[in-house]
Amino acid sequence: MELALSGRKAFAYTAAHAFDPNLCTIVFVHGAGLDHSWWGLQSRYFGYHGYNVLAVDLPGHGRSEGPALANVGEMAGWIFALLKELKIEKTILVGHSMGSLITLEFAARYPESAEKIALIGVAYPMKVSDGFLDAARRNDPAAYDMETIWGHAPQVPFSGNPNPGMWMYGDTLARLARLGPGVLHTDLAACNGYAAGVDSAAKVKCPALFILGARDMMTPPKGALALAKAMADSRTVDIGPSGHSLMAEAPDATLDALIGFMA
Amino acid sequence: MAGPKYPGFDTLALHAGQSPDPATGARAVPIYQTTSYVFRDTAHAASLFNMERAGHVYSRISNPTVAVLEERMAALEGGVGAIATASGQAALHLAIATLMDAGSHVVASAALYGGSHNLLGYTLKRFGIETTFVSPRKPEEFRRAIKPNTRLLFGETLGNPGLDVLDIPSVSKIAHEAGLPLLVDATFTTPYLMKPFELGADLLYHSATKFLGGHGIAIGGVLVDSGRFDWEKSGKFPQLTAPYAGFHNMDFEEESGTRAFLLRARREGLRDFGACMAPMTAFHILQGIETLHLRMPRHVESTRKIVSFLSANPSVEKILYPEIPDHPDHALAKKLLPKGCGAVFSFDIKGGREAGRRFIESLRVFSHLANVGDAKSLVIHPATTTHYRMSDEDLKKAGIGPGTIRLSIGLEDPEDLIGDLNLGLRAAAKR
Repeated sequence: MELALSGRKAFAYTAAHAFDPNLCTIVFVHGAGLDHSWWGLQSRYFGYHGYNVLAVDLPGHGRSEGPALANVGEMAGWIFALLKELKIEKTILVGHSMGSLITLEFAARYPESAEKIALIGVAYPMKVSDGFLDAARRNDPAAYDMETIWGHAPQVPFSGNPNPGMWMYGDTLARLARLGPGVLHTDLAACNGYAAGVDSAAKVKCPALFILGARDMMTPPKGALALAKAMADSRTVDIGPSGHSLMAEAPDATLDALIGFMA
Repeated sequence: MAGPKYPGFDTLALHAGQSPDPATGARAVPIYQTTSYVFRDTAHAASLFNMERAGHVYSRISNPTVAVLEERMAALEGGVGAIATASGQAALHLAIATLMDAGSHVVASAALYGGSHNLLGYTLKRFGIETTFVSPRKPEEFRRAIKPNTRLLFGETLGNPGLDVLDIPSVSKIAHEAGLPLLVDATFTTPYLMKPFELGADLLYHSATKFLGGHGIAIGGVLVDSGRFDWEKSGKFPQLTAPYAGFHNMDFEEESGTRAFLLRARREGLRDFGACMAPMTAFHILQGIETLHLRMPRHVESTRKIVSFLSANPSVEKILYPEIPDHPDHALAKKLLPKGCGAVFSFDIKGGREAGRRFIESLRVFSHLANVGDAKSLVIHPATTTHYRMSDEDLKKAGIGPGTIRLSIGLEDPEDLIGDLNLGLRAAAKR
């Protein structure tokens, strides 16, 4: 689906379904440097199982026109504007990594619009090392290597991809290679600079699900504890062997956790 | 700041794509000799068919043993993924059938394996796909041959049998300026000697029958996608960027971005054309890949010794090996193939066709057969075998003369190989 937001093209994947106002809507929000296709299997599943799906491309990512937005609050506002444009009053949000911070901030700022939220691969604070930020600022391919290697569990290069014939490192690198200059840095700086975490978590009124990977090197599971503790209604699903890219590394377990949460 | 490091080539050759079998602990890659896979329940079955869950349905589409080979090759080449096929020719056909319809056009190097030349020059014409052949040594010829209906540029990393070095950086630049992908046949170089994606190629394939297997016991191919070509931006590939009624109106690019090409190639190409690889074949090819990094340096080292021997022999008219300074692509080879120019090369023997016959029939260690890239050394006369359907004009364009002999240097003691060639050359020189 393409639409205009503030005069700029915005895109959301809908699993090839027309919007049905009678159905509940799930918004999927991707992480730093990525796009809607990162949700592949999960967004497609819900699109074919009774939900409207909006797997968005944030500004400057995928098919949405830039520039990339500078902070998590602006990104949450962009999601709200998109829903307003589509006349969707209440939604379920599922966010990964930077997208989980956007989801959290959305639920805190617009509690009347958030029915449930799922935060995948989340930590607060979501600090990014100076070396990673510097490399991204320079558009140095080393930044893509850091995102790729740290973004997966250590065993990923030595184990089979659940998606037959695909190489996770290569897929991540190819996605990052399509990014415009500066976009990854803008995203990483937004994660690094996000300071509202625990305060926003306390404002969340809807049920929240945390899906965490035990071998996540970017957002280790202990980094989510403070957020979960601050929320009134949260539960956590630990996906043992997965790293940060849970939707790719453990697609079935991630989907099953989401299905259970939606029920 | 020192960043994290990827595993090295040698480690990936042994481990990429497989961990010990979770069911049995088997360290070696198990051979999943099965056609199909039991569904957990009807909902699981439906989700697998509709691509809502990852997994295997039927071994024509995917198989766990074959998937290890595919992932390992993607890792070694730096691609997003791969599809293993029944042969190298099946891999080339799968690439073309995924990207083109009747009315499409290919610009291809004239220096191709005879089977590829047949497919493009004759067979695909029957299905409305035309090819213009150009010199691999003149990148501008690729540009000039591009038409509005061109959908692919194609060449071999090292041409067959004259070892023309494809100037991938230049040809890929021409392709990309025209919104087209570049496909290369990387069989002769393997990922050990060259990484075509790092030089600008978008798609590549191997005849896995050759150096990847190395043992000459299994026919197979592997098609690898870099994931770097932007099909949407190109605007020339509705096969990947428009809803497809043959798969629930899926827009492959919208659905999967970097994986669009492989998604359609697997879900349509393997489903409908069916040229899949058998699990036992994948196992055999994997055994070869596990020692690729040990075999290729030895292949190259022995080839250099034999090229040196032949260069000094008065019965040899000309040697076509890019490491020789008078080869037309010597400078380019030094740039693109710093680890060596492989182990297949050709030379012209004095005395033409008859001398060639006496030479081949006198050899005892070299095997006279239609293959390359084996651990055993091989010899053939291209004009009467691999390239026999080509016209004299096309043979000339491909650098093949009546006395051209092609050698594939194996892993035997190089002194024994030199002794064998010496016998053959003496026999060839007799009147």
